[in-house]
Amino acid sequence: MRSGGAMTDDIRVMTAQLAADPASMVFLPLGEALRQRGQLEAAEKVAVSGLGRYPESADAHDLYARILGDGGQLEQAFDEWDIALRLDPEHVGAHKGIGFLYFVAGDLERALSHLETAARTLPEDAGAQAALARVKETLARQPTGNGDLSGDGAGVLDVPPLDVDGADPARLFAGLEGAEDGLILLDTRGLRLGGGLTSPDGTEVADAVSAHLAGVSQEAGRTARLLGLGSWISLAAESPDGHLFMVAPTTETLLLVVRERSVPLGRLAVVTERAATVARSWLEGLR
Amino acid sequence: MQDLAVALESITRVHGVRGAMVVSVSDGLVVAESLMEDIDGAPIAALTASLATRLRRTTEAAGRRQPTFLHLRADTGTVLAVPSSGDLLVVAIGEQDVNVGLARLEMLHLAERGI
Repeated sequence: MRSGGAMTDDIRVMTAQLAADPASMVFLPLGEALRQRGQLEAAEKVAVSGLGRYPESADAHDLYARILGDGGQLEQAFDEWDIALRLDPEHVGAHKGIGFLYFVAGDLERALSHLETAARTLPEDAGAQAALARVKETLARQPTGNGDLSGDGAGVLDVPPLDVDGADPARLFAGLEGAEDGLILLDTRGLRLGGGLTSPDGTEVADAVSAHLAGVSQEAGRTARLLGLGSWISLAAESPDGHLFMVAPTTETLLLVVRERSVPLGRLAVVTERAATVARSWLEGLR
Repeated sequence: MQDLAVALESITRVHGVRGAMVVSVSDGLVVAESLMEDIDGAPIAALTASLATRLRRTTEAAGRRQPTFLHLRADTGTVLAVPSSGDLLVVAIGEQDVNVGLARLEMLHLAERGI
């Protein structure tokens, strides 16, 4: 085990190296050392600066994710690990991180998948093996897949699910155009909070569509961020038999409006913005 | 076969377009690009391909045919995408005041030609 003094010396040396050569990859161990010392603000500065130079480095995104995770910014941490995996699908740190987040969120199947990949890619990683064993053990105890999170991982993902019992979600968009068919409000996990949608043949598809939209808000945000475009405002998809229009009323929710192709996208934007205002009021009422 | 980079110039000539790419949807890699120097195409390609895939699945789940045009609007710019035949996606990155209508037409034209 290293002494605190030795680590401080290391940090000093690495800081000097980085100052002498800002393009150096030494920002990776330096950021990690600062994180381990709990100097999250300094660690974040180092990581963000490094990411600015090396946006395609999966290790840099992994480092930033760990710092964000330590700071309790778990959604952002998830986003960074997700980017790391897109850049390097075998990245062990990202698989471990996302696996852990899924575990504490209670999604044991996805946790298992990521941790199995991490353990398979780097069999000597004791942490990955231990986490995998833990998930398997929890799954064995919870055959329905609803994990008991009362163990040592519990509480890390401290983002309470939205309480939809406090108001009538079926009447969420009452009075708006297409209130019962063609408007869906969902959370970031792809769970429908209100509204409804049927396919052209009359099948109820709101829940399936919501599930597919999980994470879209984060991906749209990441894309805009990477391009230096600021925050994303809206996302539209034209299909030969319908238009889809999305906005994020809050950081935790996504609003989808679906209309026939004959409805111009400009009008759809207005309808969506009205619905977003209603959704924000409704969400406020739940809190 | 027309050189892709040259073909992309029909898009980058549109007012407000900062760059255009052809991206492989399945692996998120850049096939061809014509971008301004300050734009790193690789991560944008990966994320745009992922977003396009997700929206294709969403429209399928909604009982609609796959999207022909995607438009991500952000504070200071925009990302446009048009799926082409097979696995390819035409992507354009634009300023806030980009002529979306014209860029869309050029992208659809390129996609329809089968790239």
